[in-house]
Amino acid sequence: MPHRPSRANVGRRQAANHLFTVLAILSTVLVIAPLFAILVYLLFQGVRSLNVAFFTHLPRPVGEPGGGMANSIVGSGIILSLASLLGIPLGIGAGIYLHEYGGGKTLANAIRFTADVLNGVPSIVMGIAAYSLIVVPQKHFSAFAAGVALAIMMVPTVTRTTEEMLATVPNAVREAALGLGIPKWRTVMTVSLKTASPGIITGCMLAFARVAGETAPLLFTAFGNQFWPTSLNEPIAALPLQIFVYAVSPYDEWHRLAWAGALVLIVLIMVSVTLVRVVTGRGMLNGGH
Amino acid sequence: MGVGIEVEDLNAWYGQTHTLKGINLQIPANSATALIGPSGCGKSTFVRCLNRMHETNPVARAEGTVRVGDVDVYKDASPVEIRRRIGMVFQRPNPFPTMSIYDNVASGLKLNGFRNKRVLDEVVERSLRQAALWDEVKDHLKSKSGASLSGGQQQRLCIARAIAVDPEVLLMDEPASALDPVSTAKIEDLIFQLKDEYTIVIVTHNMQQAARVAEKTGFFLSGHLVEFDSTHKIFTNPSDKRTEDYITGRFG
Repeated sequence: MPHRPSRANVGRRQAANHLFTVLAILSTVLVIAPLFAILVYLLFQGVRSLNVAFFTHLPRPVGEPGGGMANSIVGSGIILSLASLLGIPLGIGAGIYLHEYGGGKTLANAIRFTADVLNGVPSIVMGIAAYSLIVVPQKHFSAFAAGVALAIMMVPTVTRTTEEMLATVPNAVREAALGLGIPKWRTVMTVSLKTASPGIITGCMLAFARVAGETAPLLFTAFGNQFWPTSLNEPIAALPLQIFVYAVSPYDEWHRLAWAGALVLIVLIMVSVTLVRVVTGRGMLNGGH
Repeated sequence: MGVGIEVEDLNAWYGQTHTLKGINLQIPANSATALIGPSGCGKSTFVRCLNRMHETNPVARAEGTVRVGDVDVYKDASPVEIRRRIGMVFQRPNPFPTMSIYDNVASGLKLNGFRNKRVLDEVVERSLRQAALWDEVKDHLKSKSGASLSGGQQQRLCIARAIAVDPEVLLMDEPASALDPVSTAKIEDLIFQLKDEYTIVIVTHNMQQAARVAEKTGFFLSGHLVEFDSTHKIFTNPSDKRTEDYITGRFG
């Protein structure tokens, strides 16, 4: 006689089911609540100090009303572009090596291990590294040093997501390309990478968003600047730095500007991430799975 | 036009496992040849050795002589060149998921650097017509992904993709095993049409299918080619007892 599920205990099982659903919802709320609270508070504090001048003017000395963070916004843009330009291709390249060529080789395992360790290195250590490798020999702070510091921080995330996303590309798809007589490098570049691209883009955006708010590595590299950036070889202003300087100052006016800066930083990160998603999502074919 | 295939003393391994043991056979040009045998007998490994797909697996290795037309597959050419001349259709339909129907068919040419749009258009239409898929997809060639088609359509798309590069030989590794009977019948019709122009080697679990489409049939068992003869002879009067046992359903 085969075992049938008994009709007994149905009520108890349903109760347990409901209990776990409620627990899951509760955890979700607990996770989202602080994030939501921060956003709302930031919006509340930041909006009051936001005006056109904030986006167009240079910072003013204490006591003078007005002034903005225009140069910091531009500076952050420059540093982050530089970091992405250096870090993303390097990370994707390493990820391709790890999955498509490395296999179980010792070199691949060493790279994988290094990437994981690098991912856990505190950001201030990155700043010190860039400081001693670039700033000290050059004898001056620079946007370039800041870009390199942030790029190094982006590499491990980009590398590991690229590797993991390539692993989700079915081998059948690779075989289809190889079976057509398409060389391996071309198969990797056009078929594997393209099939994995949504996930890789997500990884790049994650890395970007993570370093966009970094302050510690910029202290020793970008250093900060009260004026418009004119070259990659000089100290440069950056939003997180300016927020830090204003937030620890004793002046109320600067505190308000720091709130506004924090709001702008978050909104800029959200906008750029969304923009990349929209642009790269366009041109996808309908009717896929 | 298709070319014949000559195989001499072909051996293949996966790691330590010897999966093909001294295979010798001659496959005639412009005909369909079926390979049958129980699971794990080496028939899939055998076709993968013909276009050197076997060695894409890092632990796999093959030795022996394979001549396709006047080319010695393991001596004269690189795997990439060989695979351009020997098309392959896999067990599960594997269209490129990010490409449109058009780009899937054109991929073999495009990814090898061919760009002339007028010629590409012609090749895509001709290949899809040959694969009996044109009428079903002609209205959304560029707007729909290859992955949006049904399983049977996807497999015909893969056949169109394979013949778009005008290969001399077409290898099919159980091309209908994941399909319903209607789609299977379409694929079989297609093999029947295509074998005038290409040399077709088809691996199949379905003995009726072998009997329907192939002039010659080979029976594999535990890495050996037990018998290779005309399909009629294999299915009516096999010379080997093991072949007879297999086709009468006594094992496998």
